[in-house]
Amino acid sequence: MIYRENGQFKTSYRSDQQIFPIAQDRWVMLALLLVAFVVVPLTASSYVFSAILIPVVILALAALGTNILIGYCGQISLGSGAFMAVGAYGAWNVIMRVPGMPLIGALLLGGVFAAIFGVLFGLPSLRVKGLYLAVTTLAAQFFADWMFYRVKWLTMDSPSISVTAPDVSVFGIALDSYASKYLFCLTLLVLLALACKNLVRSAIGREWMAIRDMDVAAAVIGIRPTYAKLTAFAVSSFIIGVAGALWGFFYLGSWEPAAFGLDMSLELLFMVIIGGLGSIMGNFIGAAFMVVLPILIRLGLPALGSVLGMQLGTAEAAHLELMLFGVLIVWFLIVEPHGLARLWSTGKQKLRLWPFPH
Amino acid sequence: MKPIHTLLATLAVAAGMTAAPAVAQEQYAPIFSYRTGPYAPNGIPVANGTADYLKLVNAKGGINGVKFKIEECEFAFDTAKGIECYERMKGQNGGAAIVQSISTGVTAALLKKAPEDKISLIIAGYGTPAAADGRVFKWVFPMIPNYFVAADVMMQSVGEKAGGLDKLKGKKINYVYMDAPFGHEFMPVFDAYAAKYGFTLNKLAVTAPGLDQKSTWLQVRRDQPDYLLYVGYGVMNPTALKEAQAVGYPRDKMYGFWWAGSESDVKGVEEASKGYNAVALQASANRDAKVIKDVQETLYAKGQGTAQDAKTVGDVLYVRGLITGMLTAETVRIAQEKFGKGKPITGEQAQWALENFELTPERIEELGFTGIIQPMKTTCAQHMGSYAARMSVWDGKEWKINSDWYEGNREIIDPLIKQFAEKYAADNKIEQRQCAN
Repeated sequence: MIYRENGQFKTSYRSDQQIFPIAQDRWVMLALLLVAFVVVPLTASSYVFSAILIPVVILALAALGTNILIGYCGQISLGSGAFMAVGAYGAWNVIMRVPGMPLIGALLLGGVFAAIFGVLFGLPSLRVKGLYLAVTTLAAQFFADWMFYRVKWLTMDSPSISVTAPDVSVFGIALDSYASKYLFCLTLLVLLALACKNLVRSAIGREWMAIRDMDVAAAVIGIRPTYAKLTAFAVSSFIIGVAGALWGFFYLGSWEPAAFGLDMSLELLFMVIIGGLGSIMGNFIGAAFMVVLPILIRLGLPALGSVLGMQLGTAEAAHLELMLFGVLIVWFLIVEPHGLARLWSTGKQKLRLWPFPH
Repeated sequence: MKPIHTLLATLAVAAGMTAAPAVAQEQYAPIFSYRTGPYAPNGIPVANGTADYLKLVNAKGGINGVKFKIEECEFAFDTAKGIECYERMKGQNGGAAIVQSISTGVTAALLKKAPEDKISLIIAGYGTPAAADGRVFKWVFPMIPNYFVAADVMMQSVGEKAGGLDKLKGKKINYVYMDAPFGHEFMPVFDAYAAKYGFTLNKLAVTAPGLDQKSTWLQVRRDQPDYLLYVGYGVMNPTALKEAQAVGYPRDKMYGFWWAGSESDVKGVEEASKGYNAVALQASANRDAKVIKDVQETLYAKGQGTAQDAKTVGDVLYVRGLITGMLTAETVRIAQEKFGKGKPITGEQAQWALENFELTPERIEELGFTGIIQPMKTTCAQHMGSYAARMSVWDGKEWKINSDWYEGNREIIDPLIKQFAEKYAADNKIEQRQCAN
């Protein structure tokens, strides 16, 4: 009843091409943004900021980049962690070496370094496909590890290879409180998500999807696979690189190459699969799922144990957490194989028909 | 109720419980532990020892009546999870005053966060050696020897075996290490020794977690080094010892550091490891000290011990856990003496106490730590209270201390600490404190 588009006529191409063609959608989005930008910063505790909100926002951005490559262009990659590392070390080097470098400039340059790195390691995608490509992108992971441990110049001769992010500010505002860090990351996320949404609706996005769906057919109708695949690698690793820099600067504060290891790549891959391949919304849901669920389980388990009259040790709780988390992943994938984002669109469909489903 | 509702209700209850206010007159003692994950065999005894020591203090009435509220947070030796633990625990139960991160990675991340939250960070025996410089690292305390001392004592011991450090001239020494921050933190000292005494140092990195070391040890076989320095962790250690046996490298010429010198590091390769040396962080295994007997009688005899197997009480890493717990407890005691007895202390009070920390031989005797730890004293500028360490050797059945106390060579260590601390200060724009002494 409430959620229906009756009476909303599109009278121009412009209005037909809106991201949210229905007014209700726009209102919901606006409300969500309002909550994210105003309500949340006013109410969240420092724990919620630092352990949930900031990681979710940054990982959603990284998942967005991963999704461009895997979900939209169909190039399976296990190198996301390495792209994050290049972004993080790149931005760090820029900000430490160039006096007066603004934070945004450093972040963007970090993204550019990651994009170059991504394109280099995307070259095999021109010859190998699918799981084989996944294996070759692993090389990026090992190369990044090797590079940041060995090339002392990149860590500015830090004796322990770990580097510490400097205090940063943007437009004269010091980003020292959790709320300011969160808002900064969120702004970047919203801007980049909007850019990506438009990118995947444009010609280049369609090329990516054509390559994903069938590369031979795409080549036959005149899409250049080299161009499409490498741009996907570039855009994807740029975004992942920016996310990596944010992860280092605003979440870890100080990091070593191991912080961007293979685990990170796999986690991003899971986020994208659980959230929904080829969906922008899915990245947010996937990141939230991967960050919040383990914490909820961790906090809930002891209480559950005490309800059942059992004393759970931390080790048992940690093992149970892993098991429960795994079971939930499997369950969600069985119930919704297209990812949680599909639930969102199914929900919208249902709402549209409610209360008279036919 | 549907199952999902039950789950939600439980979570709501859980949320309510975690938000419950703290009971007054308790000192909150968060423990970072890693009882799961790839390094669990090392993490479990440390966590057990730490918890047991605090339980022991509680069983004896606490510190001037203030008991510890012990809470463990499991982080599986994962830095991101460790940060989540820190953020969760720092504000709970009246707030954490002292945090011991038990991991070089987590320490690196907390070097900046802890001062902002005014929480004192004790890093006893790991992480960031430069933190010994109190002028730069106001809130960070290595207390007992750091990796520079470990490296120094390893070199001194090698020198002794060679019949004097000057006999090392022209010799070949290999350094096999895990490619992780701690593996790199040893290098400045080894490099300094190599430059001073004129031996060739060949560095061989092993990628974490170190299950595949074949190529490294083939290199060792080709080099046939006179001595081998070794810094690895977790599952890498037994693998390395097995490989050393496979290429026929004599184990008594292998010198490991203190996180490669516990029972779990030689598990499954007990015979092959005979003669392998490791520097001991103050104590190695100890089953005779008063505190060990105390723990057995007060906790394990009543079934209140943390470890599932009472036989592990006294193992190398368990003793290290006891030291960890003792440092927390003594800090609280010293702070209470200055700021008021019978009250929980704050992070700032802990900072003062850690800077004025003194452990006299008499106090050590009282605590039952004789033979486990050396006397120590910290100051504003000097956050490492002791430079002492010993060597231990695996005899096929247990770890035995086989040396006197070595004193880390300050002529080599102190300039390095100063150099790296000043670099950290410059990189991070930290103003150095002026210390009176």
